[in-house]
Amino acid sequence: MLGRTAQNLFWLSRYVERAENMARLLEVGYRMSLTSRREGGASEHLVSMLQAAEADEAFNAKHKQADVVSVSQFMLFDETNPSSVRSCLLAARTNARSVRTALTTDMWESLNSAWLEFAALDPREVTGSRLVELLRWVRTVSYRYRGALLSTFLRDDGYAFSQIGNFVERADNTARILDMKYYVLLPRTDLIGGDVDIQQWTLILRAASAHRSYRHVYHDRYKAWNIADYLILRPEMPRSLLFSYSWINRTLDMLEEIYGGKGRGHAAAAEVNTMLDGNSMDRIFAYGLHEFLTEFIARNNQVTEALAESYNFY
Amino acid sequence: MTNVDGSIREPYSILDQWLKQQPAEAMGVMAADAEAIFRRLGITFAVYGSNEGTEKLIPFDIIPRIISAVEWRRLSKAIEQRVRALNAFLHDIYHRQEILRAGRIPEKLILDNSAFCPEMMGLDPARGVYSHIIGVDIVRVGPDDWYVLEDNLRTPSGVSYMLEDREAMLQLAPDLFQRLKVAPVDSYPENLRRTLDSVAPPGASGAPTLAVLTPGIYNSAYFEHSFLADQMGAELCEGQDLFVENGKVFMRTTMGPRRVDVIYRRIDDDYLDPLTFKPDSMLGVPGLFDAYRAGNVTLVNAPGTGIADDKAVYTYVPEIIEFYLGEKPLLKNVPTYNCTRADERAYVLEHIAELVVKEVHGSGGYGMLVGPTSTKEMHDIFREKILARPDNYIVQPTLALSTCPTYVESGVAPRHVDLRPYVLVGDQIRITPGGLTRVALKQGSLVVNSSQGGGTKDTWVLED
Repeated sequence: MLGRTAQNLFWLSRYVERAENMARLLEVGYRMSLTSRREGGASEHLVSMLQAAEADEAFNAKHKQADVVSVSQFMLFDETNPSSVRSCLLAARTNARSVRTALTTDMWESLNSAWLEFAALDPREVTGSRLVELLRWVRTVSYRYRGALLSTFLRDDGYAFSQIGNFVERADNTARILDMKYYVLLPRTDLIGGDVDIQQWTLILRAASAHRSYRHVYHDRYKAWNIADYLILRPEMPRSLLFSYSWINRTLDMLEEIYGGKGRGHAAAAEVNTMLDGNSMDRIFAYGLHEFLTEFIARNNQVTEALAESYNFY
Repeated sequence: MTNVDGSIREPYSILDQWLKQQPAEAMGVMAADAEAIFRRLGITFAVYGSNEGTEKLIPFDIIPRIISAVEWRRLSKAIEQRVRALNAFLHDIYHRQEILRAGRIPEKLILDNSAFCPEMMGLDPARGVYSHIIGVDIVRVGPDDWYVLEDNLRTPSGVSYMLEDREAMLQLAPDLFQRLKVAPVDSYPENLRRTLDSVAPPGASGAPTLAVLTPGIYNSAYFEHSFLADQMGAELCEGQDLFVENGKVFMRTTMGPRRVDVIYRRIDDDYLDPLTFKPDSMLGVPGLFDAYRAGNVTLVNAPGTGIADDKAVYTYVPEIIEFYLGEKPLLKNVPTYNCTRADERAYVLEHIAELVVKEVHGSGGYGMLVGPTSTKEMHDIFREKILARPDNYIVQPTLALSTCPTYVESGVAPRHVDLRPYVLVGDQIRITPGGLTRVALKQGSLVVNSSQGGGTKDTWVLED
């Protein structure tokens, strides 16, 4: 396989995953802005969401006021926002186009038709219920792509690069959401949490589609400690850091088998593993949640760099 | 579809019945379905100089064009003769140039031609084949009366439309295939692979490694490049994916360098190798031509094949066939006026309203004049152009191209068509039964190029 093909497959999956995450974040921000009763509360929630998406600076450079229209337009359609749904879908399709021979027809068609539908939208019409509908649609684009990948893609090196890209992006996204809001998750003396805390916790959980499954796992009300545990260390939570890395490790094993040896990516991923495997929230809090997440994000990036070097991305 | 007397030609009788059985709205639904299929598959082409988006669909017409088995046998024999002669001509031009010594073609026409590639002199490509993939543009003007409009020996495109048009028709009109015995076209990718395998350099061990070299995703025919690579199981490469070391070509893979034996290149000669041709080319591979010259890689088609499909050389193809094969040409050339000769120029200037004027190096239907459907102003403009640069134009009579029923806004109506069958030359000559039928969608128009509002049709060659 060409190094460029491996690179394109890796980034293609990352962009699809990112589009899904951005849609989910925007949905949370929109929902919370609607339910806010305080003066200025709606805007605060939207700003908070922009921070979690790491899009607040770019947004502020263009807009004075964060309201539903300006924020949703920015997150969905803005070409200058590299993480807007538009930018992600276009980048995914462009990557797909240049490695079309490496994709199955189902995978290609899912991205091609998604982009054509999206490009035909009139941004001005996307308000209110249309907005929510569109955000759900973005998630189904990602599900369709992953569904096609899982059920039609040959289990070869191309599959491995796609999966690694997907989970590197997911881990990055979950870690960033946690890190942006880490201060509301720190253990404190008032264990119950105020209204603001609960809202922030809900934002974090909803952004990971975890607000309902949380109850099934913990049988308890929202607690900061559990939320951090859930998104970092729970092996059954499909957006947790541990879950993402269990996929990355399994896929790297597969690559090792195909290529008959390990690359630098294996060593880089092994280092991330030592942060997760057998770790506990006690130790993570003792180390410092923010410090832990910062280190995780940096090491997760190093996995991408190591893969690029080992497998001739260029 | 009809004879001169208005009766339905035999091969079309079943299609005609079928068309009459279709409810009025069924054709519209089929046309819409066809468009949806093509758009979802992403079968697009880019229009240069167009501002509205970079990708467009070529209009696809849902009514197939039909050729009888007898007609096809004659046609394919004639085409085979033509490509054998043209390859022999290329070998001669890049070796002893007997045809020039014999004075059958003016030396100046070849040696001063920008399509002549001096770097190819004395070079011996595998099996002596220069043009492996050829598209011959032909038109039918009467019963068994076919003319060649032009030969495409460089990098003819459109074969993916031949294949996808068939896929679409199978989905849209399965019942028609049950009534007619249509020769399949889907062996083309396999035959292409065999052809490329057969011209691998002698040193290649085992199954040769094939690469399709594309300028990239913004090229107008990118879809076709990826389609063919996929269908053949070849690697789709851009220039940056390949490099030359010690006179050998490698691709950069996830497991390190891998030797490449045959390159089906879809980039023009000038851009192939910045060290030999255009130094500022970003699309090519530095050193590629040296590896080719050393016999370590096969380029398909060879550089310099353009000398055989040049519009000025075209007029000599009947000579070429007789010179190398000692046979009478089976396919006719369209009579062509040479504007550098005073008597012919005078005729052209007087009769321009009846004639077709083409630029010698033009393509894609750009910069041409179709006298009968054009305006007086345009006639005058082209008269001046010809007077200013008589050697830059060739002029031909306007042919009465055959028509084929076509679904247009007003219903089913006749539209002019041409045909591009695809020929593969390697260990043997393989012609796919069918080809790309291009149709001029505008009423009365004779220009079938997609860049000028032309569309495509599936082409059905019937089996006995």
